[in-house]
Amino acid sequence: MTEPVVIVGASMGGLRTAEALRRFGYDGAITVFGDEQYAPYNRPPLSKEVLAESVSHDAVAFELRASVADVNWVLGTRVLSADLDHSTVTDHNFEVHPYGTLIVATGLRPRRLHVPNGDVRGRHAVRTLDDAIALRAELVPGARVVIVGAGFIGCEVAATARKLGCEVTIVAPGVHPMLRPLGQELAAEMQRRHEAEGVVFLMKREVTDFIGDTAIAGVLLDDGTTLDCDLLVEAIGSHENTEWLDGNDLDTTAGVLTSNDLRAVRRDGSEWSNVFVVGDVARFPNPVYDNECRRIEHWNIPTETAKRVAQVFTGQAQGEFRPIPSFWSDQYDNHLLAYGVLALADEIRLEDGDISGDCVFGYYRDGVMVGVCGIGMRSVVQSYRSNFV
Amino acid sequence: MIKIDVDMTKCQHYGQCVFEAPQVFKLNNDDKLEYTATADESERANVEAAIDVCPMQAISIVE
Ligand SMILES: Cc1cc2nc3c(=O)[nH]c(=O)nc-3n(C[C@H](O)[C@H](O)[C@H](O)COP(=O)(O)OP(=O)(O)OC[C@H]3O[C@@H](n4cnc5c(N)ncnc54)[C@H](O)[C@@H]3O)c2cc1C
Ligand code: SF4
Repeated sequence: MTEPVVIVGASMGGLRTAEALRRFGYDGAITVFGDEQYAPYNRPPLSKEVLAESVSHDAVAFELRASVADVNWVLGTRVLSADLDHSTVTDHNFEVHPYGTLIVATGLRPRRLHVPNGDVRGRHAVRTLDDAIALRAELVPGARVVIVGAGFIGCEVAATARKLGCEVTIVAPGVHPMLRPLGQELAAEMQRRHEAEGVVFLMKREVTDFIGDTAIAGVLLDDGTTLDCDLLVEAIGSHENTEWLDGNDLDTTAGVLTSNDLRAVRRDGSEWSNVFVVGDVARFPNPVYDNECRRIEHWNIPTETAKRVAQVFTGQAQGEFRPIPSFWSDQYDNHLLAYGVLALADEIRLEDGDISGDCVFGYYRDGVMVGVCGIGMRSVVQSYRSNFV
Repeated sequence: MIKIDVDMTKCQHYGQCVFEAPQVFKLNNDDKLEYTATADESERANVEAAIDVCPMQAISIVE
């Protein structure tokens, strides 16, 4: 029995899976559970322009195609647990729902700081539309914003906050922002560009506590100094939403471990034939690089994994699953575009352009290109994409 | 025939659409998106794939 299909997680991964199942010919029942109150929407704008302009569901909602009109969307409903042996999930009202096929699409949530004086107002993270709405309300001109973490989301929020006239300080333990994904050269250059826009970086520093009684008024750093602020944005990475799968003998360290066909894998290595994982939460082997299983937090992965699952489900999969990760990031007028897994590189070469302007870097492991990233020059970046296909 | 619309106030010229429907979308020499406003029905699946991969969700098929 493969029917009904139950999808847990009503975001991009869940939506794309429902669409792809229809596209590849499955016409049985599909139910999607999502704990957010909203129909699926696009997250990348939440840290970028939409945060500066207006934040509403309309502005970011995915268009719902006619093909998924008969999908049963159960929104505002959290799935508490799953019993894979009996093929059921239980929602937060303790209702039990049997499934024929389960799709895990529960993504990630932001990791938060744990400090003694943590119970203050003015703490933010950016993952959901509600997060962005709450943050937007406080990003007023002159507001002093401290951003903890210098990854993509931290840096994008910094750029947006500067545009809105806020004073921005980034505190992070690394040497340069976005160092791991971008490598030394580009990361250092992006730091310079942020500094030219007025962002202050306190690198190799960590926040050890918050100052303030009810609302945050500042942060205490690991060198004993303090920094005043009106609000704090925590952009220090994510946790996988896998607790609801506990007790099922799955490997859920750093995402749900899957086979190359995205079937959930038991600890003994055997596969669940009717449990698939898509999107940010899937940790799958990608033979484009090697046999290491990785979770990939990029926007094209929900779509690629959803398509593969639908092909496997309907018996139309061919060859190996070898998606090319791709990401972009907009910070001021800097448009970063990348293909591949840049963090695998042991050598980075300037391929085109000039580091102070538009430029393209190649990322190599043992002399083989594993990624490409540019600021601007998109057609040049794209011309390298075929190297990975 | 299908009619294609790209909301140029949303489009950031990432060119992700180009890989899915190269007959319809391309980046010109200034890295700006160019596209054909109409295409043959046979392009529908490709254009739908382009809609899926557009980071800004800027593309639509006008029925
Ligand atoms: C602010 C921000 C900016 C980004 N910018 C970029 C970018 O510029 N470029 C890029 O490539 N990528 C970007 N990304 C990453 C991209 O958005 C993600 O890769 C994508 O959203 C992953 O989709 P998903 O469906 O796998 O997971 P998610 O979008 O995390 O969806 C999971 C859904 O499941 C729900 N859920 C979780 N547990 C349960 C449960 N037990 N029961 C019911 N529902 C549950 C969650 O509430 C959520 O709605 C960005 C992400 C964020 C947050
Ligand atoms: S993918 Fe979207 S944003 Fe990118 S060029 Fe095409 S239409 Fe524009």
